Amino acid sequence: MLVENLNIESHLIPILKTVSDPEIPVLSVLDLGVIREAVEVNGIVQIKLTPTYSGCPAMDVIADDLKAAFSEIGKRTEVELVLSPAWSTDWISEEGLQKMEEYGIARPLSETHDKDVLLGDKKLVKCPQCGSTSTHLVSQFGSTACKALFKCDDCHEPFDYFKCLK
Amino acid sequence: MPNSFNFNFILTIADNSLILAQRLGELCGHGPNLETDIALTNISLDLLGQTRSYYQYAAKLTGDRKTEDDIAFLRIEREYRNCLLVEQPNTHFGYVIGRQFLFDVYHFMLLEKLQNSPDETLAAIAKKSIKEVSYHKRFSSDWVKRLGDGTEESNQKMQEAIDDLWRFTDELFFMTEAETEMAKNGVGVDVSTFKEKYYEEVSEILNEATLAIPENKYFTKGGKEGVHTEHMGYILADLQYMQRTYPNMTW
Repeated sequence: MLVENLNIESHLIPILKTVSDPEIPVLSVLDLGVIREAVEVNGIVQIKLTPTYSGCPAMDVIADDLKAAFSEIGKRTEVELVLSPAWSTDWISEEGLQKMEEYGIARPLSETHDKDVLLGDKKLVKCPQCGSTSTHLVSQFGSTACKALFKCDDCHEPFDYFKCLK
Repeated sequence: MPNSFNFNFILTIADNSLILAQRLGELCGHGPNLETDIALTNISLDLLGQTRSYYQYAAKLTGDRKTEDDIAFLRIEREYRNCLLVEQPNTHFGYVIGRQFLFDVYHFMLLEKLQNSPDETLAAIAKKSIKEVSYHKRFSSDWVKRLGDGTEESNQKMQEAIDDLWRFTDELFFMTEAETEMAKNGVGVDVSTFKEKYYEEVSEILNEATLAIPENKYFTKGGKEGVHTEHMGYILADLQYMQRTYPNMTW
């Protein structure tokens, strides 16, 4: 896990927690690690947002949702998209990973293990339904750019796996 | 459009992604099966996202009030700087995979260099993109092997596509004036430095796929200098239709 001190002012956190990823609604933008900075300067909330994938259409929605959430408490918001440093799945919080699993999406493995499973060599991805690791890759690309499609060989449920991105 | 080297250099990279994204987008809902359809459109979306980052930066460099949309939609054919490879049609699935594979191997090597550029924005876009492109390359290489080492028919079709597309690979390493100037000042990438490595890696995968490495030594180029194949006009007609018909329309 990447430990770093982000400049996110504590009084803004409760509002940030209410804004979620439109594709994975159980994850807040804070869980996802896409908020790189959030400060209030002269009454204006300034947020630095980083995309998960370059073409992720959720980014525009998230930016709009952030503005809407703060406007409800009467604050104006400016959202800036920053590309560097590039987002990594390491930035998803532990709490976020747990919520993701409960939601039915398998959490990203380490980089080496991720390669092994996406090349179809090893069975390491745990089925979020029954917990079995007897699973197989159906497609490297899933319902969104950040996920791959898997199927459990024990309970036969298909599920999404959040791809490791580093 | 300004004629600065930096601007044109960025377009040389970005236009490849735009046009390939457009080609792949044509397959949305038409992929040979659901998983492949999703994969190809995922790749298209990644490339389009990368294009937007490059165009936003290029638009800023122009200094006037140009936006990413002006660059994407309001240029004439001769002003697009993509290579000929990416504009080739989706003749059959072998071509889709062959085109993707021949481009991905190059694209990955280009980004490997570009991520060390002293230009912070270009380095940031490259660092972001290379993570995505590593997935693209894995996907297309896997399919080259699967089709090449598959049935007699899949092998024959994959070979046909590789043989046919091979003549566009040399252009990837042709240095335009803008690329040469930008490589000289250290911001750009001298693409010719990894040409040998490119053909080595491509050959290795073709070998593994039990495909023959084309012996064709006749190569064609022109796209990077704005001289495109007959397919380009049709792509742009699709791509630009809305903005040309309803200028300045927005969603």
